[in-house]
Formats: sequence, C-alpha cells, structure tokens
Amino acid sequence: MKPKIHLFWIGAAAVFAAGLMFTQVADNEFYFFASYVVLQAVIMATAWNILGGFTGYVNFGSAGFFAVGAYTTVALNKAFGLPLPVMIVAAAALSGLLGLAAGYLTLRLKGVYFAISTLAMSIVLETVANNWEYVGGASGAYILTPEDSWFFDSYIELLFMLILTLAIGSAAVARFLSSSRIGQGLAAIRDDEVAAASSGVPTLKLKLISASVMGAMMGVAGAPYPFFVTYVDPVSAFNLLVAVNAIAMPMIGGTATWIGPIIGGLVVGGAQEIITVTISSEMNLLVVGVMLVAFITLAPRGIVGLFQDFRDKKKRRKQ
Amino acid sequence: MFLDLFLNAVVAGILLGGFYAAVALGLSITFGQLDIVNIAHPAFVIVGSYTAYIVNERLGLDPILTGVLFMPVFFVAGMGLYRFYYASFERTGQESLSGLAFFFGVMFIIEVVLILVYGVDYRLVEADYIGKTLHLGIISVPYRMLVPFLVASVMTTGVYLYMSRTFTGRAILAVAQDRLALQLMGADPVKIKQIAMGIAIATTAVAGSLLIVIGPVEPSVGRLYIGRVFAIVILGGMGSIGGTMSAALLIGVVESLIATFYGPSWAPAVGFMILLLTLAFRPQGLFGRI
Repeated sequence: MKPKIHLFWIGAAAVFAAGLMFTQVADNEFYFFASYVVLQAVIMATAWNILGGFTGYVNFGSAGFFAVGAYTTVALNKAFGLPLPVMIVAAAALSGLLGLAAGYLTLRLKGVYFAISTLAMSIVLETVANNWEYVGGASGAYILTPEDSWFFDSYIELLFMLILTLAIGSAAVARFLSSSRIGQGLAAIRDDEVAAASSGVPTLKLKLISASVMGAMMGVAGAPYPFFVTYVDPVSAFNLLVAVNAIAMPMIGGTATWIGPIIGGLVVGGAQEIITVTISSEMNLLVVGVMLVAFITLAPRGIVGLFQDFRDKKKRRKQ
Repeated sequence: MFLDLFLNAVVAGILLGGFYAAVALGLSITFGQLDIVNIAHPAFVIVGSYTAYIVNERLGLDPILTGVLFMPVFFVAGMGLYRFYYASFERTGQESLSGLAFFFGVMFIIEVVLILVYGVDYRLVEADYIGKTLHLGIISVPYRMLVPFLVASVMTTGVYLYMSRTFTGRAILAVAQDRLALQLMGADPVKIKQIAMGIAIATTAVAGSLLIVIGPVEPSVGRLYIGRVFAIVILGGMGSIGGTMSAALLIGVVESLIATFYGPSWAPAVGFMILLLTLAFRPQGLFGRI
C-alpha cells in the first residue's frame, strides 16, 4: 500500500504542474472555459460517487447541492464581498449541512425514499431561489469578476487553476474514504446493509458521514460557478444537466472505485464539449442520456469494469 | 370577499386534485404495488400530452378522445418497458441502484427528444369546452378543469373496479403482497407485472391529454409532477387506490389555497414539501399501510 500513496501524490503534483504549464502556454481562452466545465463535472461526479457508488444510495438532487454552493457565493459576495476561498468554505459548510439534514431525515428509510427526497429537495430549493429577491429571484443576478487575477494573465486562468486544485482535492478525499476503514464500512453497506448492521458496522453514522461529504463537495463545485458564468439564475444553477451528469459520469466510469467517476467525468465531459461545439448542445444532452442508459444496461461496472474484464481475460490467456 | 376566494380556491383545488389522481394512478400501481420506482412516469404523461397535441393539430380530434384511443399503444409500450426492465435489472437483483438510474435516464431522454423535435415552446390544444366557464352562485368553474376532473374520476373508478373485481386485477394485488405464493397458485408473476405496468403506462395517455386540456404544456413540465405524484402515492399509503385519490385531493386543495393566498410561484413547492414532510415524519402514509 505504501508506495501507491506516493504514486498518487506524485500524479496529483504532475497534474497540477501540467495545469500551471498550460496557463503559460495556451492563449486561447476557450480551452480554459471548456476545461473548467469538465473539471467542475469531475468534482460533481466524484462527490456523487461517495454516497451513490460507495453505499448505493442514489442522489437525484445534485443540482440542488450545487446551487446552494453557487447561491452562497452570490449572497455572501453581495453582502460582504468576501474573498473567494472563504466563500468556498462557507458553501462547503452549508451544503454539507444540507446533505447531513437530508440524510438524517431519510437515510434510515429504503434507498428509494432518499433518492426521491433529494429530488424533491432540489425543487423546493429552486422555488425558494425563484422567490428570494435578494439574490435576484427568478430573473437572476449579475456577478462582477474581480480585476485582480494574481500572476495569471486573466481571471479565467485563475479560475481554471482553482477548479483544478479543487478537483485534485476531491479525488484525494474520495480516495482516502474508499481506502480507509470508513470505505470498508461503506462497501459493506452497499453489499448488504442488514448484514453490515448486524455485524457491528455503524451504518447510519457512516451514511451520514458520506452524505455530508457528498453535499460539501458539491457545494465546493458550485461556489466558484457565479464568477465563472458572471450571471446566475435559478434555471442555470439548478440545471437538470448538472444532476444528470453527476449520475451519468460515475455510472459510465464505474462506481466501485474512486477513479471511476474521474474517468467517466473526463470522457463524458470531454465528449460533451466536442459535441456542443461541433453539433449542438441539445444533441449533447441526448448523448449523455443514451450513454447512461446503455452503460447501466450493458456494462453496469462502467469503463473501469470493462478494463478489468479485459485485463482478467488477458491474464487467463497467458496462463 | 375572503369567503369568495376561499370557496373558489377549494373548489378549484378539488378539481385539480381529481386530475392529480389520474396522473398518480399509474405510479400507485408501479411504485406502490410492484415496487418499480418509475421516475419516468411523469415523462410518459408528457408524451401523452404531446400525442393529444399532435392528433388535435393534424386531425382536429378531441384531445381526451385521443388519449383514450391511444391507451392500447401506451399499454404495449408499458409492457415492453417492463420486459426490458425485468431482463436488465430485476432478474439480477440490481433494481435499487441501476434500475433507479435507468428510469432517470429514460425520463431525461424523453424530455430531450421532445425538446429536439418540438422545442421548448408551450403547446396547447383546441376543444369546444376549453375557455367556457360554469357559474354556480359565487363559484365559477371553468370547463377545462371540470371535464378533466370528471374523466379522471371515471378512469380512477374503472381501475379500482378492475383491480378489485377481475382475476388479473387481484393477481396484481397478490404479486405485490407475496410473489412466491402467487407462483404457487399457478400464475406467472412476471406476466402479471407486465400487464400491471402496461395498465400503469396506459393511464398516462389519458392523464397527459387531461394535462394539456388544463393548460399549455412544454417538455420539462413533467419534472414538476415528480414530487406531486410521489407525494400522492406515498401519502396515499403505497398502492391503495382510494388512498391515492384522497391524497391527490388533499394536495390539490393545499396547492390551490397556497396559490390563491401566497401567489402561484410557491405552488410547485407544495407537493415536494409535503413529500419531504411525509418521508421524514410519516413514511407509512396517511392511512398507514406499508
């Protein structure tokens, strides 16, 4: 196990350094916009998988958690003009609490009730946002991007590095959770919750932990979003695509490991950017839906599962 | 003046609730009885609305009549959907995670295909009774609410009678309670469930046509109904048709009162709020069957 840990951090450092290089080399801003969208989706997918993949509880309301993060920024920015890192922490705390509350109320019931209640919560929150005039109500709010972009050429490069760092951070959290004792307990819940509970796994506590981490991470993904789009309204913050992507990417990448959602996020997110540019954004929605349904029926273990099967077959042939 | 508003809101709420019962009826069969969490149910209702819209626009046929005529088509589609669901998920015991995500994907695909073909514009239908109003003293009842209420009541009663009086209907109730016992009695549970899902989807043809009679429809309207229909089915005690009707009326009246006294922009949250409260405090439903 030991050398693998080093390998992960070396990889993380390499990705970070590559990102920095990229900001110095590339001069077309489109690349940063596109990468930002993909990386944001990677964080959402990783977060979803901490509850959905590790324990088997489906969250349909990812867009709600994301929007809580985004609206925390909008409100705090308007009220106090706090620096972005502070608002990210606040967003994480708020949406983490929301995850805890949703989990506390429904995680004791069957998984389907949790799934439906997250969906319901997302729509209740959207209605609240629609009626909350302070943050713009139904017509939305404009956000001014700060002029100071540190030593980057433009603000989008700063945002790109920020979301890259956050994505690496969430991968580290997911990886830590899946390899620790908590992760073993979560896997036991996924396989057989009753058996896990009767052999002494504190199932409710573990589920609440992963629901809170999931919520917090989604809030983190949403917090910088207002600065990225500079205009937030309920329709864009509670976008159905955010919720669908959060489910589709782990399902397509593979839900059993921490790396599955990242692979799914990069593959699906990358494909979406290409389709949006070359065909149309509606077509890109259709492709995600069809890919989601195709993968869960034909390859339920996702790309990671396909890869493992392929490797096993090769091994068997050698023997 | 207050009494005026209040009475009109209650009457409108009852009419709306009757219609909600028609929308939730199919889900009370699939989710309540068969344990199939069909989140795509409202999306099928929207397909029903668009079917009524297309036939009404091309041939000028009455929307509700179209809904009734298309029931067999939806029935077959529902049977096919169950076959697929059974072969892919239920047989292998993966319905909890993959099955849920599957229906979510189906819902999303239906919505996107409708947007790709018809765009996000609101569509509406034409019929003689739309736009006319019945005045009874201080209460005024628009026919576009009254007709759907009556049709919905007839359909709900019909399904109720079918489930309680016929052999297949009782077999559907039996498969919900004890699958093995049903098998021992010589009925194939998969076939029974297939018919039940067919009936459930068939009701969406009519429910969809009622929806577009009540008001204009666009593809994403279906999402608002997810909270409503699940709230109704869970509140109604999972699969009891009488319970579904009562819960639908309750939600209709509450929604109508909130829309009248607090403004219509809060109305969509009512169903979802009731759903959340039900799940948190009374998951066995109002009448307590679980």
